[in-house]
Amino acid sequence: MSNDLLESERVSEPQSHAREDVRAAAMRPVLETPRWWWPSVVVLGVIVALGIVAWMVQVADGLGTAGYSDGAFWAIYEANLVAFIGVSYGGAVVSAILRLTHAGWRAPLTRIAEATALVTLPIGMMFIIPHLGSPQKIWELVWPPYWNLSSPILWDFFAVSTYLLATMVFFYLPLVPDAAIVLERLGDAPADRRTRTRRTLYRVLLGRFGGTPHERAALNGAIGLVAIMIIPMAVSVHSVLSFAFSSSSRPGYMETIFPVYFVVAALYSGVALVVLVIAAVRRLYHLEAFIVPRHFVRLGFVMIAFGAAYLYLTFTEYLVDGYSGTVGAAAWVYQDIAGRYWIPFWFYFVAAGIVPLVIMAVRRFRTTTGVVIASTLVVAALWVKRLVIVIPPATEPLVQSPLAKGGVLAGNWGSYHFTWVPISITVAATAAIPLLLLIVFRFVPILPMAEMEEMAETGEDRDVVSSGEVA
Amino acid sequence: MTKNNETTPSSTVVDDEREELTAAAVTIGRRGLLRAAALGGLGITALGALSETVAAAAQSSTTTPSGPIHQWCMIIDLRLCNGCKLCTTACQTAHYLHEDQTWMNVYTMQNAAGEDYFMPRPCMMCEDPACVPVCPVGANIRTDEGLVLVDQSRCIGTRICMNACPYDARYFNWEQAVPAPRQPFPQEPAWPVPQVKGTVGKCIDCAAMLPSGQLPECVTHCPMGVIYFGDLTSDAAVNGMGATVKVSTFLEENDAVVFKEEYGTHPRVYYIPGHGQDLDNNAAASS
Repeated sequence: MSNDLLESERVSEPQSHAREDVRAAAMRPVLETPRWWWPSVVVLGVIVALGIVAWMVQVADGLGTAGYSDGAFWAIYEANLVAFIGVSYGGAVVSAILRLTHAGWRAPLTRIAEATALVTLPIGMMFIIPHLGSPQKIWELVWPPYWNLSSPILWDFFAVSTYLLATMVFFYLPLVPDAAIVLERLGDAPADRRTRTRRTLYRVLLGRFGGTPHERAALNGAIGLVAIMIIPMAVSVHSVLSFAFSSSSRPGYMETIFPVYFVVAALYSGVALVVLVIAAVRRLYHLEAFIVPRHFVRLGFVMIAFGAAYLYLTFTEYLVDGYSGTVGAAAWVYQDIAGRYWIPFWFYFVAAGIVPLVIMAVRRFRTTTGVVIASTLVVAALWVKRLVIVIPPATEPLVQSPLAKGGVLAGNWGSYHFTWVPISITVAATAAIPLLLLIVFRFVPILPMAEMEEMAETGEDRDVVSSGEVA
Repeated sequence: MTKNNETTPSSTVVDDEREELTAAAVTIGRRGLLRAAALGGLGITALGALSETVAAAAQSSTTTPSGPIHQWCMIIDLRLCNGCKLCTTACQTAHYLHEDQTWMNVYTMQNAAGEDYFMPRPCMMCEDPACVPVCPVGANIRTDEGLVLVDQSRCIGTRICMNACPYDARYFNWEQAVPAPRQPFPQEPAWPVPQVKGTVGKCIDCAAMLPSGQLPECVTHCPMGVIYFGDLTSDAAVNGMGATVKVSTFLEENDAVVFKEEYGTHPRVYYIPGHGQDLDNNAAASS
């Protein structure tokens, strides 16, 4: 991404934000409750509660109420599991990859990106529960005598759990010096009960960190180490998740391309969700001085790099399977592009394949609004794409005459029927993302204060900070 | 058939041949590959000690002909099937299944001339089943008599076995199971009646009935004598009409095949395809 491309947003004069400006903006939502906070939390909480009610109905009546049948044994919950864990990758990219590449402009975005990963990953993991036919026996997955180590699902469980732990550590470590700053600020506040509770919280977060140069160096070393470790962990999660599909002989699932395909889709949708969260947070918490249009454009370029890779992988997958000519493989390709699944497939192709590329390629569209529109399309269309990946092969009959009249359309295809139960649960999971973020940012400074101050000292952030760019 | 418990000399020949074929065709089995990837590739062999299932898998991957008395198999003579589906209904009645739970399913297939023929599809009781290694909690069992069964008290309902099975032979309990009266056998893998909501069910070759010399329900209820149930150890099979055949000879003389042989699952259900007789089975049955 050369600066020629970004001509329109050239930095006038490098200058860092004043330390007090950063601190005030980062801690405002922590120190005082915004007026819209409680109403938002209540509304989102009700939506989540309705999703839980829907799940209880499903537990009572069985997975059939969610539209499943033997003709569609995997569908929306499996797609959601992949999609919601996928969007958590944005945190790893924006925070870890940009940290390792010393991209100074990341600074005001890292906390938001890491928080997005922190809340979306458990929500994605949660979809294991409605996915299971007998959720009351889920404890068997953590009961070693029952472990079957040759099962990809067991390894999914191990990989996702490890990744969750790493995500929590990766969120926590940069927070340690910030806890000291918040504690310092709370010292000025009147010592009512609420302030005392908060002080206890930040003291626990702070631990025995004293902020000496030696401790700072050790902390930065630890953050760097976790940033390196979290990338292969993220890759392992979606790779192993894809093995659950591909360790079979089912056409459309049995694809050697699947691990890469899943990882790239996760990175693509992850960056897109981070863009949306950043845009919302910027507006709600008035961070326009710190998060500037250039951030969106740069994230947009990162996003379409993954988007182009994903489009390419999709093309190769469909081309090779379609060309194979075997009944099983050609059948699902045909159903996707011209058969019963053509609407969702082409929706993906246009909304997440072509439009984001056009938006980022044309300078007139390459604005904050343009990138937010592209990201919205990507998040939505990649969820639909996961449905297209999961459902058609699960509905394809494996016992059919190769010689039957009607060729690839022969056989009794199953079908998945969306019902209110999985839709409620999906809406609830979507609402849980802003709900948990609102709660997290009630307690956690929204900008990584210590990190930004440190970068201002070393000048690492100078290529992006410019008050002249405020939109 | 069950009276014929003694191992006849010919059965050892069959077993030896089959072992040779298996060894030559599959140098590394599906289970072996997954285990090598899981244990060797990731270098955590120590965890293996925690898992009973890995040990069990290692034992059952080499069939020991001298151990169990029986090695159950099925022979389906496609020349005779008229597609009446009495096998399906008999199975569903005996196991208290929903109408769409067709453990024994009869597919209408088409030949090159565009004519219909019928193909009953029970569980293939594979020697190297694709469904067993993928279950995270080891709810799939392959008994030493060669039956692949589901422990519904263990099954958590991930349905990854339904994904793995190349024969669509597995059926989930999507809703409340059909209530069943008191059964002669306990609810166990060999007789999963009534079914358990939220778990996978499949053809069991009526495993609980076999020790008392009863044939599976589909075999006894087939009016055409299509389905033979047999034992590879004693090399004998019998159909519902009382016809007894010598398995090795019967398979060889009639050019028997297994379904989706290329997947390396080594099914123990053998099909006898048509031999150029009248292909229109409906007409043949009604005349």
